[in-house]
Amino acid sequence: MIKKKSLAAPYLVWMVIFMVVPLFIVIAYALTDKSGAFTLSNLTTIGRYSSVFARSLILAAEATLICLVLAFPLGYFLSRLRSSKQHTMLMLIMLPMWMNFLLRTYAWMSLLENNGLINKFLSVFGIGPFNMINTSGAVVLGMVYNYLPYMILPLYTAMTKIEDSVIEAAQDLGASTWGTLTRVLIPLSAPGIATGITMVFVPSVSTFIISRMLGGGSNLLIGDLIELQFLGNSYNFNLGSAMSLVLMVIVLLCMSFTNTFDEEGLEGGAM
Amino acid sequence: MKTKHWRTLQRAYVILIMGFMYLPIGVMIAFSFNESKSRSNFTGFTLDWYKSLFSNDMILEALALSLLVAVISSIVATVLGTMAAIGINGMGKKSRLVIENISYIPVVNPEIITGVSLMLLFVGYNTGVTFLNGLGIPLPDSLFGLPTLLISHITFNLPYVIFNVSPKLRQLDGRIYEAALDLGCDHKQAFFKVVLPQLTPAILSAFLICITYSIDDFIISYFNCGTLQTLPIAIYSMTRKKVSPEINALSAIMFLVILTIILVGNARESRQYKRDQRRV
Repeated sequence: MIKKKSLAAPYLVWMVIFMVVPLFIVIAYALTDKSGAFTLSNLTTIGRYSSVFARSLILAAEATLICLVLAFPLGYFLSRLRSSKQHTMLMLIMLPMWMNFLLRTYAWMSLLENNGLINKFLSVFGIGPFNMINTSGAVVLGMVYNYLPYMILPLYTAMTKIEDSVIEAAQDLGASTWGTLTRVLIPLSAPGIATGITMVFVPSVSTFIISRMLGGGSNLLIGDLIELQFLGNSYNFNLGSAMSLVLMVIVLLCMSFTNTFDEEGLEGGAM
Repeated sequence: MKTKHWRTLQRAYVILIMGFMYLPIGVMIAFSFNESKSRSNFTGFTLDWYKSLFSNDMILEALALSLLVAVISSIVATVLGTMAAIGINGMGKKSRLVIENISYIPVVNPEIITGVSLMLLFVGYNTGVTFLNGLGIPLPDSLFGLPTLLISHITFNLPYVIFNVSPKLRQLDGRIYEAALDLGCDHKQAFFKVVLPQLTPAILSAFLICITYSIDDFIISYFNCGTLQTLPIAIYSMTRKKVSPEINALSAIMFLVILTIILVGNARESRQYKRDQRRV
């Protein structure tokens, strides 16, 4: 075959300049003050925002968990359908993903408003009105709505590889429904679960628009803080870079966690 | 009996989730035809919001910019990425692994960090360039605007080209290239006449993926657009104004466009599938 390694050179140069170097610039900004002298004060200042970091982690974890619970049965049902039907259903699940997430989130803004459609609908039955917009619940809802397909797809992919006969065998050998679920279905779909968790948790924990549109001013997340340092009123690149660095570490920790989980799942599957 | 209930339950659950996914979109489309600005009272049918959308210069300019950035950045990314995929294919295991890991950075990294880090690079350019200009090297004072948008879009699109083309290259039978050489092609001809046509479907789908990612991107563009507005950024500034039914009209149109593209793509795929079946 063609042996021209030099063809990859422009790509490598591009990625080093525009991907690797910028990450080092972030680290450099995070570890210096405005005059360029080395300091750790940016990183220690972050302690002041620990409540925001905690909120981001908690809301993202909630959204990930809800996505997992909602998507697991759906992925299973889809994987048991006839293949022509599976194709259509997958299309239906992916279709909303193609709409810009700003439009999707905006749709929820108008639904959740105090005089929005949901409250109006509930008032027909004499319930409400509830205050739904500008709450942390609305932010979680926005994350779940935007990222649910990212959980469904890997789960579905993992589950299509589980044959009906395996499940039947478990049942024939006396496993209860619960036993089949926890000892066969979940271990065998572990790689999908791990991928799904990463694919939902990472964008959720780093979002800044969903929280602003659905959470009002009182539900700032890490992403909002970072944005404020770079384009907003706070305007402090050094602090913003330090926050970005912490966010990167959080994401890396999350991924290494799900990776080990993934490998365990594979070992279980090989058994 | 139990299985029948189970099946009904399954179907109900699938419908429930689908309802959750499509309800907001459906409501938006319905209210794009609403006469009043209200987002909960349907007062009467109108197409006014569509008319005002198409006379909204901000939106139209943003759309034009989005398309321009998408086409240019996707072409560059596709060419660079395809070249890289071919280069990587000829490499040993170790260097291939290193490059693959670099390619994963923008995929794995939160978008906000990719956006912010590129912004810092461009800010660094702006401070460095005054020094270079002083030395007599004429360079633009600031890259923010079209150049930064293009660079950042090429950067986040490049890995997807490689992920699309590389597997196809690996499947390719290396002997056909050698056969072409034996039959009298030079290296160039063998590549362009024999290898490239086999890669075309993969390259084309990579290009389309780049176009969609580019048009859809908000976060990375947001930090690197200078004073320009791409379509998602224009949408964002519209949502800040709270009530503007033009957004509903825009959503309806985008939904229709996406639906058409997917249906057409699907129909072509199934026709292809049938043809392949017949051949077998």
